[in-house]
Amino acid sequence: MQDIIIIGAGVTGCAIARELSRYDLDVCVIEKSSDVCEGTSKANSGIVHAGYDAKPGSLKAKLNVRGNEMMEQLSKELDFPFKRNGSMVLCFDEKDKGQLERLLDQGRQNGVKDLRIITGDEARKIEPGLSDEVCFALYAPTGGIVCPFNLTIALAENAAVNGVKFHLGTKVTDVLKEDGGYLVKTSKGDFKSRIVVNASGVYAAKIHNLVSDEKINIVPRKGEYCLFDKMVGGLVSSTIFQLPTKYGKGVLVTPTVHGNLLVGPNAVDIDDFEGVNTTAEGLSDILKRGGLSVKQLPTRQIITSFAGLRAHEDKGDFVIGEANDAPGFFDAAGIESPGLSCAPAIGEYLADMIVAKYPAKKKENFVSKRKGIPSMALASPEEKKKLIEENPLYANVVCRCELVTEGEIVDSIKRPLGATTLDGVKRRTRAGMGRCQAGFCSPKTVEILARELGVDEAEITKNDRGSEFILGDIKDV
Amino acid sequence: MEKDLVIIGGGPAGLAAAIAAKEAGVSNLLILERDNKLGGILNQCIHNGFGLHTFKEELTGPEYAARFIDKALKLEIPYKLETMVIDISRDGDFKMVSYMNREEGLVTVKAKAVILCMGCRERSRGALNIPGYRPAGIYTAGTAQRYVNIEGRMPGKEVVILGSGDIGLIMARRMTFEGAKVKLVAELMPYSGGLKRNIAQCLKDFDIPLLLSHTVVDIKGKERVEAVVIAKVDENSKPIPGTEEEIKCDTLLLSCGLIPENELSGGLGVGMNRVTGGPLVNESLETDIEGVFACGNVLHVHDLVDYVSEESAQAGKKAAEYLGVNEEKDSCDKERCAIKETGGKSDDKDTEKADHFIKINAVDGVRYTVPSVIRLSHMEDRQTVRFRVGAVYKKAAIQVLAGDKEIMNLKKAALAPGEMEQVILQKSVLESIPDLEEVTIRVKTD
Repeated sequence: MQDIIIIGAGVTGCAIARELSRYDLDVCVIEKSSDVCEGTSKANSGIVHAGYDAKPGSLKAKLNVRGNEMMEQLSKELDFPFKRNGSMVLCFDEKDKGQLERLLDQGRQNGVKDLRIITGDEARKIEPGLSDEVCFALYAPTGGIVCPFNLTIALAENAAVNGVKFHLGTKVTDVLKEDGGYLVKTSKGDFKSRIVVNASGVYAAKIHNLVSDEKINIVPRKGEYCLFDKMVGGLVSSTIFQLPTKYGKGVLVTPTVHGNLLVGPNAVDIDDFEGVNTTAEGLSDILKRGGLSVKQLPTRQIITSFAGLRAHEDKGDFVIGEANDAPGFFDAAGIESPGLSCAPAIGEYLADMIVAKYPAKKKENFVSKRKGIPSMALASPEEKKKLIEENPLYANVVCRCELVTEGEIVDSIKRPLGATTLDGVKRRTRAGMGRCQAGFCSPKTVEILARELGVDEAEITKNDRGSEFILGDIKDV
Repeated sequence: MEKDLVIIGGGPAGLAAAIAAKEAGVSNLLILERDNKLGGILNQCIHNGFGLHTFKEELTGPEYAARFIDKALKLEIPYKLETMVIDISRDGDFKMVSYMNREEGLVTVKAKAVILCMGCRERSRGALNIPGYRPAGIYTAGTAQRYVNIEGRMPGKEVVILGSGDIGLIMARRMTFEGAKVKLVAELMPYSGGLKRNIAQCLKDFDIPLLLSHTVVDIKGKERVEAVVIAKVDENSKPIPGTEEEIKCDTLLLSCGLIPENELSGGLGVGMNRVTGGPLVNESLETDIEGVFACGNVLHVHDLVDYVSEESAQAGKKAAEYLGVNEEKDSCDKERCAIKETGGKSDDKDTEKADHFIKINAVDGVRYTVPSVIRLSHMEDRQTVRFRVGAVYKKAAIQVLAGDKEIMNLKKAALAPGEMEQVILQKSVLESIPDLEEVTIRVKTD
């Protein structure tokens, strides 16, 4: 019997796992995909919101402001990139200034610091690339950007180092109430646990409704994005929003923490819980709307596009806490935007809640720090030389676009909860994330993965089983 | 480390440039190559058809490369393999080339001259912004070629190819040879971007349909490609609703254009041509930074490797001239004399005219020219100017104007964007026109 099973290894599940790993508890995470960060967490804006969007008093408001506060310290502890680049909400019509004022007021009630409304000219002084049509903007210096993969992976690795077990490629098929806890049925056998935490993203309603009669409903709300070459990553330095519409925050234009430019998302409710395909209409819509914010969107510099699904719960707020009719079953459901910003705070909030009800002792040997994979691209010449001296593989460049070496790739495979797939290597090292989109490095990365994992190259996948790259040897089809 | 000349890339461009530079007397030179052997992308081009112009015989890619590699070895041209150049910067007149490899770690070479020979990369699915899922099974044609020809692995069994660039056409045949079913090649434009002979030998001979004015509008399959949806496009390349057709396949190959790989050039601050994506160069294939030359596909994408070799030899020779001109006058050894014999036109009396620039205008269907400017003082007796046209023309002519005077009118039965064109300008003709400022190259139609 486990103490706690967490269903889902997205950013929310991993944040909860990391917080619970502070305690003397037997915790495991069950994840259907082959890696952590494979669902909603891998395809979003990578924004750490300031916290003016959510209704005062809501969980979204409270946890956003707290998550934003926690992010900087956490980025240092767990060694992932985070930047407080500030954000703006643009207003294109003087008549709409009232909406900015409402956001300002809401933000102040939520406890967001340093918020203010600036004129279009002041906004263009900060961001010369902004459209001349901008007449006012809400400026939030506390807004930030983070790498969603690195955040999630860092939380997961640190949880693993502190004793949390991860069962990847394991799909939960049923959850049943039992004496003293729950029986969790999966594609790889049964698990028993005193406590179950439901952090299963778009599937969270399905899991919740297995054990509770107080039903919730989650709709996958698709958002599509275009990612631009680093050459135009400096088009804006802050995250640029537009006044919200009834479908969400509008299309944003933002630098990513790695220096690309990102435009998106739209918001379309769909039926398919795995429907992460982009559409011609969606992509053209975000480029059109995103283009309103800036003088010119350099669409020739797009290097890839992608879509993610938000887990939108009908009532519009996060559902966090113990189900009323299912003791020991805790939800972290309906985690849509600003879920990424909130993740560290959700982890803290839910772990506190669980320990309050089911007391546990703090571990004495909790390891709070994690060292990330060294980046040759970011290292100074001296640091580069030192890394190569320690390990010559750091001099062998595999991904030319992002300057990722064999040393980094081997590290990403060998470390706790290491990469086993091409996407896993990509998200940990950035190999294949550049302008050639893995055309050059993927055969080499496949070769390194096969060598380090001791398997044939034909077994290496992009992500889940079924996504193999190679379908046999020549004259063997 | 100090070098007179560093050549970045050991593919066909780098090899030809190095050989020409060495033969012109540059002995303190170095080729830096990122792969584990010289020859570049030719090593994976195991089909034949290379070298018809240069050697008057049909060679495979590796055979063509071997001719140059053998020569480079015979000339004892130093090179480093598995060595990636990560930065080029300037220090006064010197170029600081930083590279990394496992043996030496991070090293910076101080070079008097550099020849950029980094080649090009393929346009990816992301850059094409094709909607749909992002499963395994989507490859650029060159990546698939590497899997099949170098690794002996099959990236797919049922294949659709988007784009009729030469690598895509070659891979249509190659995948068929290895037992895969190539269902069709879709081409966005109303004409193919590949060589005529490749369409005949790689598609027609194997009954593979080429659908012009078609594109891929959706990719299906969550883990591995399961199907693609193709559609006809209108004259603005926009898909026409109602013409969609789903084609079952497990693989989508992309052959939708090549992009010169100029990240290093950009870091160095070299001025770029927006049409080619390569550096702007003069008659010596020298960029706007003195002592930095460019040739091959990093400069503009070529159709035949023969032209890459020819162009690169020119760059190597001109780099040697540049180094010769700037060397101390007292070191007139055998090598210096060799420079004088071969490239002696750039002597004192000519350098007085060094300011005489002639701009080359590309208009009326000519998309660009390489070079885009000629300094009469540095011009050889005959100067090859290469370019591509922007559309298909039947019964047209290439007209060359010096100022407003026609100096050439070359009848062409057909012109196509897939094939590189060239004209050869005579120095004597340009010199005979007083105060000539511009040469214009255009397509003339009836």
